[in-house]
Amino acid sequence: MKAFLKHLLSAWTWRMAWRDSRTHRGRLLLFSSSIVLGVAALAAIGSLGKNLERAVKEQAKTLLGADLALSSRQPFSSAEEQLLTSLGGRQARETSFSSMIYFPSGGGTRLVQARAVGGPFPFYGRLETEPAAAAEQFRLGQGALVEENLLIQFGAKVGDDIRLGKLTLPVIGVLKKVPGESAALAVVAPRVYLPMSGLARTGLLNGGGLARYRVFFQFPQGADAGKIVAANQPRLDHFRLGVETVETRQRELGRAMDNLYHFLNLSGLVALLLGGIGVASAIHVHVKQKLGTVAILRCLGGSVGQTFAIYAGQGIALGLAGALGGSALGVAVQAAVPGAVADFIPFTFQFQTSWPAVGRAAGVGFGLCLLFALLPLLEVRRVSPLAALRHACESAKVRRDPLRWLAGGCLAAAVAAFALGQGRDWRIGLGFCGGLAAAFAVLAGTAKALVFLVRRFLSPTLPFTFRQGLANLHRPNNRTMLLLLSLGLGVFLIVTIQMLQHTLATELMVSGGTNQPNAVLFDIQPDQKKAAAALVRSMHLPVLDELPIVTMRLSSIKGRRIESLLADKQSHIPSWVLRREYRSTYTDHLRDAEKVIAGRWIGQAASSNGPAPISVEKDIARDLKAGLGDEIVFDVQGAPVTGRVASLREVNWRRMQPNFFVLFPPGVLESAPHMNVLVTRVSSGAQSALLQRAVVRDFPNVSVIDLTLVLQTLDAILGKVTFVIQFMALFTVLTGTLVLAGTLVSGHFQRVQESVLLRTLGASRRQIHRILAVEYLSLGLLAAATGSLLALAAVWALAAFVFHVHFVPMAAPLLCALVATPALTAGLGLLMSRGMLSQPPLVTLRNEEG
Amino acid sequence: MTKIRSQMNPSHVTAGPAILEVKHLTKEYASGGAILTVVKDITFSIPAGSTRAIVGPSGSGKTTLLGLCAGLDQPTSGEVRLDGIHLGALDEDGRAGVRNESVGFVFQSFQLIPTLTALENVMVPLELRGEAGAAAKARELLERVGLDGRFSHYPAQLSGGEQQRVGLARAFINRPKVLFADEPTGNLDAETGRLVIENLFALNAAFGTALMIVTHDAELAGRAERVIRLKGGAVVAGA
Repeated sequence: MKAFLKHLLSAWTWRMAWRDSRTHRGRLLLFSSSIVLGVAALAAIGSLGKNLERAVKEQAKTLLGADLALSSRQPFSSAEEQLLTSLGGRQARETSFSSMIYFPSGGGTRLVQARAVGGPFPFYGRLETEPAAAAEQFRLGQGALVEENLLIQFGAKVGDDIRLGKLTLPVIGVLKKVPGESAALAVVAPRVYLPMSGLARTGLLNGGGLARYRVFFQFPQGADAGKIVAANQPRLDHFRLGVETVETRQRELGRAMDNLYHFLNLSGLVALLLGGIGVASAIHVHVKQKLGTVAILRCLGGSVGQTFAIYAGQGIALGLAGALGGSALGVAVQAAVPGAVADFIPFTFQFQTSWPAVGRAAGVGFGLCLLFALLPLLEVRRVSPLAALRHACESAKVRRDPLRWLAGGCLAAAVAAFALGQGRDWRIGLGFCGGLAAAFAVLAGTAKALVFLVRRFLSPTLPFTFRQGLANLHRPNNRTMLLLLSLGLGVFLIVTIQMLQHTLATELMVSGGTNQPNAVLFDIQPDQKKAAAALVRSMHLPVLDELPIVTMRLSSIKGRRIESLLADKQSHIPSWVLRREYRSTYTDHLRDAEKVIAGRWIGQAASSNGPAPISVEKDIARDLKAGLGDEIVFDVQGAPVTGRVASLREVNWRRMQPNFFVLFPPGVLESAPHMNVLVTRVSSGAQSALLQRAVVRDFPNVSVIDLTLVLQTLDAILGKVTFVIQFMALFTVLTGTLVLAGTLVSGHFQRVQESVLLRTLGASRRQIHRILAVEYLSLGLLAAATGSLLALAAVWALAAFVFHVHFVPMAAPLLCALVATPALTAGLGLLMSRGMLSQPPLVTLRNEEG
Repeated sequence: MTKIRSQMNPSHVTAGPAILEVKHLTKEYASGGAILTVVKDITFSIPAGSTRAIVGPSGSGKTTLLGLCAGLDQPTSGEVRLDGIHLGALDEDGRAGVRNESVGFVFQSFQLIPTLTALENVMVPLELRGEAGAAAKARELLERVGLDGRFSHYPAQLSGGEQQRVGLARAFINRPKVLFADEPTGNLDAETGRLVIENLFALNAAFGTALMIVTHDAELAGRAERVIRLKGGAVVAGA
């Protein structure tokens, strides 16, 4: 090792490496282009990822509006207040409750969500109001902020008075956007913000009305809200306080965010591995061609270390050139990205080159490339000087080389370390490595099986060109293993990325796409139901859903009264779950966003007077400690209604549609007082205004809730995620295609000599082309088929176990791989041989010798 | 050379006029489950500055013997002492050092490094040992074999005879004590072959190098001081 390092640092070694590369520099440059793109992809992905991560993180912070929010269904007790004080930081308070609003000017009333705010909330982001100055006036306690649709509905305007309970205060602005406001809350009722100083004067909570009490925290820079929560977890649990941090809010945004990170990480790794495969196969071919030179050098007295250092030097130079070129390209690409794609990015963010990400890409790219190159390079050490006398020695059976195993182990460990370092979850990194190793094993097994089958069963009756082409698959110096591995892995990775993108994008489209409802007609009385639907249809708007809503409270669970459960400190049922008002519906079918995970959905109540078969959302069932078959008694506005849990449901809360904790079958709640909800989608703000005017005109008591504002926020996030996925996949696919091309072209040189010899023996160009085409097409087709099957398995596994989304198979990438890979393989192979075969054989023979 | 010298001990070095001593040399290969003896119990020696031709039919073990003598391969049994150094006692790098120090090679297929110019090819042995002034010595040798205008030509730009003369220049640049030539005229026409032979023997005389030539060429063999005739891996005459 010491001798090798000494030689590696010798000037002559580098001079010799430079001289030796003379006739291959163009080809080496081609090989390094695969690394360049791989590193560039990694640098760009790393930098863009960091930028997006930062942007998304910032947005998540403004969505909470604070570092931490703690909530309770009861006013904070003195013990709880002590805990809140002990947490430190700046605090702001909010008390929210449902109430009727009264517009003295027009006399209209409406159920609203009232939010009394005290303190400097929000700490992050800002209250967006019209006029903008209204936010500051609100902080000073000068009046209320009201949602625009509420003002429209009642013909009110800024400056008018509103009354909440006993409090009358002026509307000082229109509420546009509130950090920290959950989109789902706006579905239930419009929001009205009033100063905390006015809360007591409303008199609404004096009798202990249902409210949610929240306190927002802003901690000093550098403090970790998660750690603060963890440190106080026992006390928070003891007081049953709801906890929201930026992290939990991010989770609320849905798994899409996590999916983005995993995808980014995976894309970077895939690009790098593709580059590495390109390097390994290129160096393998390069070394094969250099074995003669190595033997001569050994004959002339060159030591093992000296000769190995020459080619290791070439590998290092190639890796360095690739890493530096890749970094430069990566920086150029990432600097150009925001400008080039500005129109497609649904948000603005300050793009900064992340130098650590670029340096990391260059370092990791160089290191991994060197390890990939080392595997074939080690063969140089084993070249016998006797090969200069006898060429047969070159193909002598290679003994097991412990250094090769060591290099292979280092490579596997490096890839594993990289994968583990990329993923948030070490199991995902490990799974990725395991999957890759399995893919490697399957492809190697396929190659071995192909060699065996062709050798064993190749029919002598086949036409010469077919026989020759297929025989090339098993003859000495065949490239079956090499090409199947490189092409197959390439196809596997590219198809996996494409299908994964499709699967994730489909999930996102379902969650936030253009077909989602964005307007809800609320408070429709039973006798208005048909007319309201007819009105919506007359405006050429779809009636996406119609649901009755019955409000109820829990009375008893499994025979135990709620009061008893609330008093029982051992019940471990969160009090808010027991206290809350449940807005339930009855329906004979489940909706897209719902899935029964236990028990059986029963869409019709039995005619007898027994308990109604109800379906309960799985998380609330867990909180209530209720399982299948358990009885729950509800207090439906005074009347007890008994339900038996017949099924547990999983609900996709990300869907912008009314979702429910408890579903009743028809035949139970029809006679209970209820209102109806109608869900539709308006295509523009103007259409929304028209609908609102028409509804107010025909059904004054009905409210139209425009979800556009809510959806705009979510759509922006989801659009951003989708864009990033497409961008990354495009980058990876492009990189992969170029690397594959390089791999193919490098492998081609081995066939030239044989083709020229056949030409010398009288084979026509057409025959040579056919032979090459048969070989390349078979390899391309088999690699594509094996890679595609592996990709199907991988995407299924990733969808099921990593991203937790439904696997959406996609025919296009599979068909594309099955057609394009053989075509690309054969096309490139034939293109390369075109020049060679158009010259007289002697010219090529001399060049090959030389 | 430090390593080589460090691997030597008094028992490895013998005094005497022979530059190459071969004792009971045998080489066997496993082939298809059977043992194939390619070189059988050969013993001979070559004094410094003298010439030997190894002749025999194809497959008689000539090239294998040459490879063993030059330390390119390890014998199954027997020993080779080159310039008094027991090659069997050295590892691969040690033998490479001996080759670099004391041995020159001329190959049938020239074996020039295709990516190096004629001058660079000739310089390689001196550069491998880190010796200064390689270019000047290489130029001088190339001029001596009549290639003064071809310094910067690549092997592919040279004729077979020219390539072999570059090979000769390279073989002599390290002033070898023994030069192994494997069919040096085998790939050349008679006229060119003759020119190469003249160069070979002229350089041999000039540098006092011992020559061991494997050849089918009767004329070339005839110029050697002694001819060792092989058949079936064994010496049948001349040892």
